[in-house]
Amino acid sequence: MTAPMRLPSQPGEVIDRTVPLMFGWNGRAASGYAGDTITSALAASGERVFSRSFKYHRPRGILTAAFDDPGCTVQVGDEPNVRAAHRRLAAGMDVRAENAWPSLKYDVKAANQLVGRFLGAGFYYKTFISPQRLWPAYESVLRRFSAGGSMSVDARRGDYDKRYVHVDVLVAGGGPAGMAAALAAADAGASVLLVEQEYDLGGHLRYGGAAELATLRELRDRVAAADAIEVLTDSVAIGRYEDNWIAVMQRTAAGVAERLVKARARSLVVAPGLIERPYVFAGNDLPGVMLSTGVRRLINLYAVKPGLRAAAFIANEAGDAAVEDLRRAGVQIAHVADARRGTGLVHATGRGGLRSVRFSDRTVEADLLVTAVGWTAPTALASMAGDRPEFDPGAARFFPTVAELPGGIYCTGGLAGDGSLDELVGHATAVGRAAATRSRVGVAPLPHDPHPALFHGPTDGFVDLCEDVTSKDLATAVAEGYDGAELAKRYTTSTMGPTQGKLEVVNTIAMIAELTGRGIAETGTTTWRPPYAPVTLGALAGRTFEPVRYSPMQPWHSAHGAKPLVAGAWIRPDHYGDPAAEVRAVRSGVGIIDVTPIGKLDLQGPDVAKLLNLLYVNKWSKLGIGRVRYGAMCADDGVVFDDGVTGRLAEDHYLMSTTSSGAAAVWEWVENWLQTEHPEWAVHVTPVTTSYASINVAGPKSRELIARVTDVDLSPDDFGYMHVRTGRVAGVEDSVLWRIGFTGELSYELHVPGAFGLHVWETLLREGADLGVRAFGVEAQRILRLEKGHLIVGQDTDGLTRGFSAGLDWAIKLDKDDFVGKPELVWQGERSDHPRLVGLATVDPQLVPPEASQIVAGGEIVGRVTSSRMSPTLRRSVCLAQLADRLARPGTTVNVRLPDGRTIQARVTDGLAAVDPDGKRMRV
Amino acid sequence: MMLLPCPWCGPRNVTEFAYRGENIARPDPNTADKATWRDYLYYRSNRAGWEREGWFHRAGCRQFFSIERNRTTNETRGVGTPDGAGDAAHSGDSR
Ligand SMILES: [Zn+2]
Repeated sequence: MTAPMRLPSQPGEVIDRTVPLMFGWNGRAASGYAGDTITSALAASGERVFSRSFKYHRPRGILTAAFDDPGCTVQVGDEPNVRAAHRRLAAGMDVRAENAWPSLKYDVKAANQLVGRFLGAGFYYKTFISPQRLWPAYESVLRRFSAGGSMSVDARRGDYDKRYVHVDVLVAGGGPAGMAAALAAADAGASVLLVEQEYDLGGHLRYGGAAELATLRELRDRVAAADAIEVLTDSVAIGRYEDNWIAVMQRTAAGVAERLVKARARSLVVAPGLIERPYVFAGNDLPGVMLSTGVRRLINLYAVKPGLRAAAFIANEAGDAAVEDLRRAGVQIAHVADARRGTGLVHATGRGGLRSVRFSDRTVEADLLVTAVGWTAPTALASMAGDRPEFDPGAARFFPTVAELPGGIYCTGGLAGDGSLDELVGHATAVGRAAATRSRVGVAPLPHDPHPALFHGPTDGFVDLCEDVTSKDLATAVAEGYDGAELAKRYTTSTMGPTQGKLEVVNTIAMIAELTGRGIAETGTTTWRPPYAPVTLGALAGRTFEPVRYSPMQPWHSAHGAKPLVAGAWIRPDHYGDPAAEVRAVRSGVGIIDVTPIGKLDLQGPDVAKLLNLLYVNKWSKLGIGRVRYGAMCADDGVVFDDGVTGRLAEDHYLMSTTSSGAAAVWEWVENWLQTEHPEWAVHVTPVTTSYASINVAGPKSRELIARVTDVDLSPDDFGYMHVRTGRVAGVEDSVLWRIGFTGELSYELHVPGAFGLHVWETLLREGADLGVRAFGVEAQRILRLEKGHLIVGQDTDGLTRGFSAGLDWAIKLDKDDFVGKPELVWQGERSDHPRLVGLATVDPQLVPPEASQIVAGGEIVGRVTSSRMSPTLRRSVCLAQLADRLARPGTTVNVRLPDGRTIQARVTDGLAAVDPDGKRMRV
Repeated sequence: MMLLPCPWCGPRNVTEFAYRGENIARPDPNTADKATWRDYLYYRSNRAGWEREGWFHRAGCRQFFSIERNRTTNETRGVGTPDGAGDAAHSGDSR
């Protein structure tokens, strides 16, 4: 591939001619140099069209030759929407045009141009509003015409990283002002993060003349030598939030696809420079119409000749410099129209590219038209800090209102005003010094230079090149009453495309102002919201770090086929292949389950009993040493919050257990009441959930098994039901054993120091082999407790279930002086029309109504099944349900609506327990 | 993301804290009537401007404390103890 538009070596060029790179462009071989962008490499080979436009599928070329170039978005491999005028070329890239079918040159959808009048302002609202039932059909057609590349679900771009930074000063923008501010802040002793969206520091100096390049080298050398300045290039500050919390998108970061930097800065210096504003006229989107900054970037950074024969329409020194660059590059200058002298630009024509330009005084043939009509101030970060930018008609641009900026926010460079390079650097130096101390001392405002106000010519053209919004569309919107900036913007979608209004916003406001006969200042600006630059969703999502918890017995579980169950942060064995067999083993012999996730709080101090009396609905004053008691907690609205058992190990020493899922919440709850309501109580709380490994040993043979591994006296007279002992288990000192019965069987819950968990687990299995000991999982435990009618808070209760609806009547002691939730429970107890927790037996014993099946009566929902399983012990289904009080008498038949629409009958049982209702088995 | 000054740890990201809402005294559970109790449970002033609020430094020192926050500007002052007593030593600007 030849490079007919490549210029000889330029003083500021960033390409490395010793490193040629081959890549693909729409399936053909193409080449460029290291340092080229995709666009500059293609432009060097003579390519002028890079995309088809969003709505009308018009050919589009280079406008700005930078990230925000609206016509230079391409697909690279499986990555859509790559900014080709920014992305550096890499060998082997497979670059393809987006939004064109079947090809960039012959785009069928360009027929949209011919029906353009149907796609004007509010087109979608007007055309597809009715009938609404046709929306799905409309949507499928519209989608085929929408912009954007293609995504692959298999695309892998590596990890997206996050980083946290704390600095004294963050400088957003690495042009001359940004570099000078960073240097001054660093000199004043501040740590500085300097963020630049291009690959190199320098801003417009990079494509300037010899004097600019000399200043650039000096500033860059000083920044490189300043230890206190960290530079992030190809990075953008995308948002400023409270207290200068600043999100920085680092697009190039070693080892990861992208990195989101979350910076907290004492001071933020906003120094983004200025964005050149396009001019609106018929033909302003033709390939070959470029901004002066685009022309200067192509020539000076990439050594690319932007065209062969140029016309220019210029109103400032940037335009003069671009014309000078073109002359030097050997481009024939057909005509330079100086807007400062009143010459006008009427329209441009051509097919597939610029051919001719009509000025107010002549028409010239040209393949390149350079415009330099003014600037847009990217006030985004200042606006996000609460600033309301003001329009200066004399300077024809917005400025931040420095007086309104909150503490710790500074603006410098072109955003703040005008001046020579030395004056801007001087201002930035003063700003950097002030930012280092968070003061405003020594910063004199910059002047605003006059600039002609040029927004559009006498013909209609594109205002928004991303969204294909024309000046005619804006006129339609205003005529239809959408005459405010925010309204017209939403109606026409002007400024809502991928460049986010950076190029279009001021032209849009100026034209609305003109159409409504108001000034620009009255019309206002549209709000700049984060993100300031486009962000990939991957960068926002980041890498997922989801810590999981395993018990010390996990190696045994995974070696024995445990099916994992995700339970909050824990991964637990759900079962080991046959939960029904596990249930039978517990009922007939002995089983062991890993219950390490059970929440455990060590409570010490003379006032623990007061605390327990306050937090539990039942009484605790008389709990003797060596005893364990079940307790339920309610919140102050009376809703059941958690339950568990608490044992008294010594005079002032208790061990509280909570549900596995409630462990963190109960710890916080306990601290809350101690710290805020009763700071005078002497109680010390230590969370010990993971300090202990916990094993429940359950079944009629559990005593026999435990006896083999402990010297604790297990005789039922000494160590009865609901008692606690401490001692040695499997040789492990300081173990806690409590005799409780969640499964309904004789059982001992062992809490052993965590490091010995696996040892104790394996010892129990070895010592109990001849007893048929078997590990059981969460599923078997759920069946066992359901057979026994023991509730699970959060399963058999919900966020509205108060104590008397949870079958806790026996536990709630309203004669206590105070406990959390007491008044609500008093009132609930007085009414007794609340739902009840009941047991259900289906009339057809083989039917298991799925959990959450509704119970219906007389066309109303009167309850729901909260737990249901087939009972391996009884060989029939067992259920718990929340049921309206009037139907809750034992023996009542209720109708249960299944998810498949069938209705089945079930009978309310006498009590909650289906197995061993008298509780004899667990008390032996 | 705003910074919140923990009396024990200093300024920290607000995401480290749990918000407990306006400081409301718990009525005497034995004498409170239903209206009083429901006000305590559910009713909040939601005033714009300064309000004394409870916060919990969940991902930090695990301490509950109260602080005045301007709900319009997120300025803070008068960081204090859990029971709501402002501690003027932490701020020269106390209500
Ligand atoms: Zn703290």
